[in-house]
Amino acid sequence: MNAAVPDAAKDALTRGERAVLFLYVISTLAVFVLMMLLGLCMRMAQGTWIDIAPDLVYQIMTAHGAGMVGVTGIASVAVMWFFLRKYVPLHVSMFAANYVLFMLGAVAILASVFVGGYAGGWTFLYPLPVHSMNVWSVNAAALFMVGYLLIGVGFLLFYLDAMVGVIRVYGNLGRALGLQWLFGGEIDKSHPPTVVASTMVIITNSLGILGGAVVLVMSLINAYFPLVVLDALLVKNLIYFFGHVFINATIYMAVIAVYELLPRYSGRPWTVSRPFLWGWAATTIMVMIVYPHHLMMDYAMPRWMVVMGQIISYTSGLPVFAVTAYGALTYVYRSGIRWTLPAKLVMLSMFGWAAGIVPAIIDGTISVNRVMHNTMWVPGHFHFYLLLGVLPMVLAFMFYLIEGRTRANTPSGRMSFPLYVLGGLAFAFAFLAGGHVSVPRRFAVHAPEWVPYDQAGSIAAILVIAALLVFAVRIVAGLARSPDHAASAHAVR
Amino acid sequence: MTVQNEVWLITLAGMGLVALAFIYVIAKSGKPADSSQVQQRAYAIRRWWFLALVLTGIGVTWASLKQFPIADQHMQSNAAQTVDAVGHQWSWELSRNSFSAGIPVEFRVTSADVNHGFAIYGPDGRIVTQTQAMPGFVNRLVHTFVQPGRYRVLCLEYCGLAHHGMMAAFEVTAAKGDRP
Repeated sequence: MNAAVPDAAKDALTRGERAVLFLYVISTLAVFVLMMLLGLCMRMAQGTWIDIAPDLVYQIMTAHGAGMVGVTGIASVAVMWFFLRKYVPLHVSMFAANYVLFMLGAVAILASVFVGGYAGGWTFLYPLPVHSMNVWSVNAAALFMVGYLLIGVGFLLFYLDAMVGVIRVYGNLGRALGLQWLFGGEIDKSHPPTVVASTMVIITNSLGILGGAVVLVMSLINAYFPLVVLDALLVKNLIYFFGHVFINATIYMAVIAVYELLPRYSGRPWTVSRPFLWGWAATTIMVMIVYPHHLMMDYAMPRWMVVMGQIISYTSGLPVFAVTAYGALTYVYRSGIRWTLPAKLVMLSMFGWAAGIVPAIIDGTISVNRVMHNTMWVPGHFHFYLLLGVLPMVLAFMFYLIEGRTRANTPSGRMSFPLYVLGGLAFAFAFLAGGHVSVPRRFAVHAPEWVPYDQAGSIAAILVIAALLVFAVRIVAGLARSPDHAASAHAVR
Repeated sequence: MTVQNEVWLITLAGMGLVALAFIYVIAKSGKPADSSQVQQRAYAIRRWWFLALVLTGIGVTWASLKQFPIADQHMQSNAAQTVDAVGHQWSWELSRNSFSAGIPVEFRVTSADVNHGFAIYGPDGRIVTQTQAMPGFVNRLVHTFVQPGRYRVLCLEYCGLAHHGMMAAFEVTAAKGDRP
């Protein structure tokens, strides 16, 4: 069967689905803005423009890290759910349960940080959560971890529901990934890229979250029974396995928006090919074994693991460059694409992802990591591909939802996209430039020679937040309007 | 040229290439052409740069790992200068604070409480090397200082309230025969 441009009519939502999806969209926008404001406070404090006590800076840092990782995850889940449900049966109740558990977890995390004073970082590296020098209590640390567990359970419910749906339609996860076509055979061109990407995420992030759950339970037991001493290196491995897989899964869920939306604007269907299937099959493995690149400076790690971390860091960039980013370029080249805002955001996301991977891959080299690890280089590269990669994918999806319900050609509408691009680039480069001159990350107070980078980053952050606020107002206003807009695609069923 | 400067230039060049590819395609996105022809040509081009990327990756891997950048952790030390470095919330304890340039120094780095990052900043304010200080483990960091001067040790793994203030310093003196 031949592939076709995705049928927008299949995007129709029931009233219940629409209510839950809109809750996701509005909540994630609100949390994104709030977390960016927290980030701005941190950068301005480092830049000496506002005076915040170090203990509060570290609380803000903890909330910003946990909040951004969590909200990026939940926003990407909305993308995956919206498009995957066209191909496999999904229960809106599981989608809603994930939202409720996320909110409960978020409340627990915010309470532990801003009421309990917990400031152990989003990575909760053992034994810092229970060894704060009496700055926060064990209960505050435990509440933070319980918040993570609640969020993890929500994600697992969603993935299990998706797994059941995929298996019902495709027989097993391997067939959904297209493994049967890796070495030969005629590929069914109508096999949806969305199903391939979703299946990869279902497999990897379920395992990642289970790894996270194991280390959280271990840490909770240690918190209340300190005689049960943990191995710091084992805990670190589990945390970075979980953290790396989780944050990468957000990209792989959000990229579904690219596969689904780009064809609608370029008129060229995104078809699966053997390189595409190889790319996703390889990524399924690589995303789970690359995490030792976070542990290169832990010299106690087995040598083969850090070598693997370096090699897989290099190879994991190949599918991004050769399959998705390059694929997007070929679908746009001489396509006569309509450059609507979602199309622009999709293209920006491809650039942000591909370009952001460059400093990440280079830092995955052991001899480079030795002078770049835990400097501003690290937030430089991950802000690059989260701010200019994942978030534009999510925003493209949200603008697609309200297409026809909002006027695109307002002055604020015209300004917000370039403002976002300019602010995002300047913000990420302020971090990278700081890393280049060895500015440490996660310092509440900066030396005078580092302050110019912080101030440049603060100005750029203000631009990004201003643009995102305009985006958010337009999206929420669009959602609030009648659903009977021009594109029947989004009409209520 | 320092590693940081090399990395900075390679990164800018790499990102610049990616940006140019996107700008070119966006500039050429207007006039529609037959998609199967475009894709056939694009796939043919991809084979070549994919091969180039793979070969570059293999070359860089070999060049960067042929001399492993991290000291063997199980070998008996033969460094002429050794020092025990212990991280505490929030201070460093160094068993000595003066070294000679040009002679390998072995830092035996550990932590008495939580994870810390043992990063050595040179007189120019740039990191020269680092390792993690972990409770229950001793990491052997072997480094030969080239430039004499005052070096600082900063904690690069977040360790709580006064993490940013956790610093120590030591002096590196010119090797015998070198002019100060």
